[in-house]
Amino acid sequence: MSSTTAQPTLDPRDRGGPAQPLLIVDELTKHFPVYGGALNRQVATVHAVDGVSLSVRKGETLGIVGESGCGKSTTARLLMQLIKPDSGRLIFDGDEVGAPGGIDVTSMRRQMQMVFQDSYSSLNPRMTMIDSIAYAPRMHGLSAKAAEARAESLLERVGLHPRQFGRRYPHELSGGQRQRVNIARALALEPRLVILDEAVSALDKSVEAQVLNLLADLKEQFNLTYLFISHDLNVVEFISDRVLVMYLGQVVETGPVEDIYSRPRHPYTRALLASIPTLDPDRRTTVLPLTGDPPNPINPPLGCRFRTRCPFAEAGCAETTPKLAAPIGTQANPVTPHLVACHVAAAQQGAIHGH
Amino acid sequence: MATEAAVDVRNLTAMFRRREGDMAAVNGATFSLARGEVMTILGESGSGKSVTLKAMMGLLPDYASITGEVRVAGRDILKLPPAALAKARGGELSMIFQEPMAALDPVYTIGEQIAETIVKHEGITYASAMQRALALLERVAIPSAARRLKNYPHEMSGGMRQRAMIALALACNPTVLLADEPTTALDVTVQIQILLLLRELQQELGMSVIFVTHDVGVAAEISDRIAVMYAGRFVETGTVREIMRHPKHPYSKGLLNSTVLGGLRGRRLETIPGSPPSLSALPRGCAFSPRCAQADVRCLTTQPDETVLGPGTIVRCFHANTAMAEAI
Repeated sequence: MSSTTAQPTLDPRDRGGPAQPLLIVDELTKHFPVYGGALNRQVATVHAVDGVSLSVRKGETLGIVGESGCGKSTTARLLMQLIKPDSGRLIFDGDEVGAPGGIDVTSMRRQMQMVFQDSYSSLNPRMTMIDSIAYAPRMHGLSAKAAEARAESLLERVGLHPRQFGRRYPHELSGGQRQRVNIARALALEPRLVILDEAVSALDKSVEAQVLNLLADLKEQFNLTYLFISHDLNVVEFISDRVLVMYLGQVVETGPVEDIYSRPRHPYTRALLASIPTLDPDRRTTVLPLTGDPPNPINPPLGCRFRTRCPFAEAGCAETTPKLAAPIGTQANPVTPHLVACHVAAAQQGAIHGH
Repeated sequence: MATEAAVDVRNLTAMFRRREGDMAAVNGATFSLARGEVMTILGESGSGKSVTLKAMMGLLPDYASITGEVRVAGRDILKLPPAALAKARGGELSMIFQEPMAALDPVYTIGEQIAETIVKHEGITYASAMQRALALLERVAIPSAARRLKNYPHEMSGGMRQRAMIALALACNPTVLLADEPTTALDVTVQIQILLLLRELQQELGMSVIFVTHDVGVAAEISDRIAVMYAGRFVETGTVREIMRHPKHPYSKGLLNSTVLGGLRGRRLETIPGSPPSLSALPRGCAFSPRCAQADVRCLTTQPDETVLGPGTIVRCFHANTAMAEAI
């Protein structure tokens, strides 16, 4: 797999050069209303995604981790414009999406594709594998024959023999094989960015490893950039160059994977990492990293959203929402900065207790 | 090792009759578990690990034919008449599930469900059963337990529901707890809480636990012993240290090697080729042979027997024996 300084070869569609991020997301926000009561009025708001900013560099893999309800999947759907954001801007390779003078959603989607967790429900049960993969190229103007030829070559690339699997229907394949088809379908439009939303989470462990190897190969062959969303901290560490940690709709920490995993600064990131089950029966977890469940994103706490579970919380944490900034006492690397949204120095150091 | 077994399972087989032919989801599982011991059945989907637990509890549908013996406290559970089975279930033998939302009754409060179980099994008054229910919720560390007693399952978070289900399972002091992937649907920070709670309760109550999971890390956190299951059979059993450090069966080795760890960054993962076989179309010989790098003609045609390497340590592979012999 590539290192942090992947040098993408020149892509004719490349506009800003290697230094310009492929995707910039600026203050993305999505709130869902909750209706209830006798008159079915709006009674509450789900703060699914609240002011998320991120950038994805060309040729890298950005991992997004977090627990259920943290907004990681909603973020993915917002990026694909499968749901409309309330506010926020998307800039794809220098062009603002949906803005005058920018690019429209269709041409963005041609360059940005997604793979979902459930390999079965994301394929049409009445379409053969070849038809599913060829569908998008045909819709985007390729002839039926050329689209089918592309589908066959993609099936081959993801390790499925077109003669054997091309004419099969989704129910005739195993979960791992279906997910390979979903990956092939995502690549059918020759995208530059692929969003993998829990794409290996439902697979058996022995199959998961095969698909992760495949993703590494495809990234190299097709010069891809990945946005890899998962709740599995081991897999995210394995595949990502940079990591974004989300909690209740916000980014709490981001940085190069080595920094996040070896020197986590946010108390939530530390608790998350300490919760990973060990593989060594002589070094089992004995101290609870965190108590309670992740709170509901309906009406989250004011100020820092983690403060209700944070052992370091001070009075100030309830008043102001911390912004992402370089850890106290450090200088941020300008290209791949390590940033943390916490304003308590002791919390950043993890000084009080020993996780 | 302990003197008497809390659970003794001999040749447990669960056959499902289907149009396409009979299918053995569990094929001759044999193991015994001492009092206070935790054994994990580790396997991938379709390996038969959950069916093993359900067969032990008598929870499989009528069209499944179950043979073998499941001895708990000297009695064969499989041969009990229905009334005695109902008494044993939730009594000395209890079970928790992956989805508490599906396992708990949505129209009764948590308190009512626990109290009902205690009244049914022990015939004490409802009021004192409710007292016990309160103590149980406190025991599983549910905050403001008195209030939570009156909650319906949908009013609780996932981790809380899982704790409530554990309280319900422990209501009548079981000697054996069967746990079917109880942490799989949980977030990682909640999963470790439930694992620590189960470990603590198991030690305090001296329960034997059979824990089913597909997650190697969870198995390392909770087990004394591990049984690796593949295509309906135990292919290897041993202590947690033996299995985690020196797996002998090629499948156990493959499973451990293909476990994704951050430390493997930038390297290719070792994989097991192919995918697990369908139970209705098993290979003739060793079920793992089509995916095994060491397979030879014998593996493809003959089902390997268990080789007993020590008390509670078995392996089901022709090549593990030769490898062992060479090592000696």
